[in-house]
Amino acid sequence: MTTETSDRPGAIHARPVRHPGRWLAIVVIVVLVAMMISSLVTNPVWNFPRVFKVMNFNPVLNGLFKGTLIGTVGAMVIGVVLGVIMAVMRLSGNPVLRGVAFAYVWFFRSMPRYVLLIFCGSLGVLYAKLEIGIPFGPAFTSIDMNALSSSLAIGILGLGLSEAAYMAEIARAGILSVDKGQSEAAQALGMGPGKAMMRIILPQAMRVIVPPTGNETISMVKDTSLLSAVPITAELFYQAQTIGNRDFQIVPSLVAASLWYIIVCSILMVGQSYLERYFGRGFGTPSKKAKQELTKVAADH
Amino acid sequence: MTTTASTPAYDKSGEPLVRAVNVTKAFHGNQVLKGIDLSVNRGQVVVLLGPSGSGKTTFLRCINQLETIDGGRIWVDGDLMGYVDKGGTLHRLTDKAIAAQRRDIGMCFQRFNLFPHKTVLQNVMEAPTQVKGVSKDQARSRGLELLERVGLKDKPAAYPAQLSGGQQQRVAIARALAMDPKLMLFDEPTSALDPELVGEVLAVMKELAQSGMTMIVVTHEMGFAREVADEVVFMDGGVVVEQGPPDEVIVNPKQQRTKNFLRRMRQEEEQLAAATGHLALADIPLDDTTDDDVTVDPTRAIDDGGPDGAVPPTS
Repeated sequence: MTTETSDRPGAIHARPVRHPGRWLAIVVIVVLVAMMISSLVTNPVWNFPRVFKVMNFNPVLNGLFKGTLIGTVGAMVIGVVLGVIMAVMRLSGNPVLRGVAFAYVWFFRSMPRYVLLIFCGSLGVLYAKLEIGIPFGPAFTSIDMNALSSSLAIGILGLGLSEAAYMAEIARAGILSVDKGQSEAAQALGMGPGKAMMRIILPQAMRVIVPPTGNETISMVKDTSLLSAVPITAELFYQAQTIGNRDFQIVPSLVAASLWYIIVCSILMVGQSYLERYFGRGFGTPSKKAKQELTKVAADH
Repeated sequence: MTTTASTPAYDKSGEPLVRAVNVTKAFHGNQVLKGIDLSVNRGQVVVLLGPSGSGKTTFLRCINQLETIDGGRIWVDGDLMGYVDKGGTLHRLTDKAIAAQRRDIGMCFQRFNLFPHKTVLQNVMEAPTQVKGVSKDQARSRGLELLERVGLKDKPAAYPAQLSGGQQQRVAIARALAMDPKLMLFDEPTSALDPELVGEVLAVMKELAQSGMTMIVVTHEMGFAREVADEVVFMDGGVVVEQGPPDEVIVNPKQQRTKNFLRRMRQEEEQLAAATGHLALADIPLDDTTDDDVTVDPTRAIDDGGPDGAVPPTS
């Protein structure tokens, strides 16, 4: 680029700043990692062949599928739906709804999940039958609570109710983060409050709601291990631990359960980044879909 | 709010499109509007002027019920806004009924308030499809038509954040027009814009005024007020101080408060003009004693289309 004939300064070929600290850190970390790997390989108690065997045992896979996956999805669906409803109630103009939402969040945030799940499992003791019908009048159908008491459904319900309290606070923060001008603009166009919430406010609130919801989902994956408190036996960690105790191979079983949790959470983290990109549309660089739309509309005209 | 005083009978035909009588409003004990009377005829452009805190924006927001009023009445096209009069007693309308009243009133905000998660075209299509139940195809073709009208036909798939302030405000105008309003309210539509982007928005508003739209505009753009307004209303301290044709109120004000305000505005614009070449009120001689030798100079500020050529369509 530089021209020798010109006396103006040309391209810069300066010496970069030295970073001896980085080299030192690399050496320390390499030594530590080497020690770790050596212990994993040489210590027979890890017993990795056994780990992979336990990971593929049918009861463990069954626990992973039912307890961990269905449990997480079910609890999060209840949590998100109920949480958003609670957040909208908390922000509504109706003082009764506001009070109910506040009381709900107060109660379920104060209850430890473990205690709550044991309580859910004991509901059959309190109420043998759940009847659906006219209050103080005849019942149309009834559910036997004792049969339900150690089912996955009651565990999912317990985790979902607890989750809804946290989701309510997250959704409320998201809704409040949307500029007031947005609902005014929607109102000025003739939208009612419900439509403005569904079409304008919530989609924008999602940008703020999704990242902490991802966190909550990942926490929920791990909290499904509490389902054994209900007690629900079709649960990953309970099954792995039982197998470990039975065969006196405790550590490989713990590692097997841990690896499954790590795998599920890693997949969820990838999904979360896609969701964030979707709900972040209009706030950063244009999405692929928007670019396609632009070229399509440009071609039409 | 209920009252036993009977509401004056109101005849819809041939009457002003907007009629406000003795409108009062207080925020936490602070009286912002102290009895505003205003009539706006169909096709008329009314500019509300006044220092900040004079209540002009609050009054504008009262017209489409973004603020409720404490006293007085506002009718738009014969409909009493926000209330229904049943035998001398006022009943507050439901949110749904108020939403229906707002459909025919377009509004543009100082901060544009475009929906950032929707593209430009989706912004314009949103209200017709969701509120009026217009089909998507119909709303799309009408939306593209409106975007062309405001000089943005090449931007339908852009998101608001990718547009300049002037472009965003023009989209906001198109979005409001998509509902085919009878009345357009503008709340300081150019105050949040860089000086060089003001002209493109004012050009669109001028074209809108010429097309016969009834408009109430809160603005500090004196050039626009002089050229486009049929009537200028000067407000201060929650009351209407002076109102009349722009050549009277802006060029030859009678009230001392109006004169003081215009002098202050002129000083500000002179400073701005020195910096940007944006001229408006600085050209107007403001003389308290003479009224005959005033030469009205067509304002240049709103004639240029701005940097990306937002000129009113010719076809």
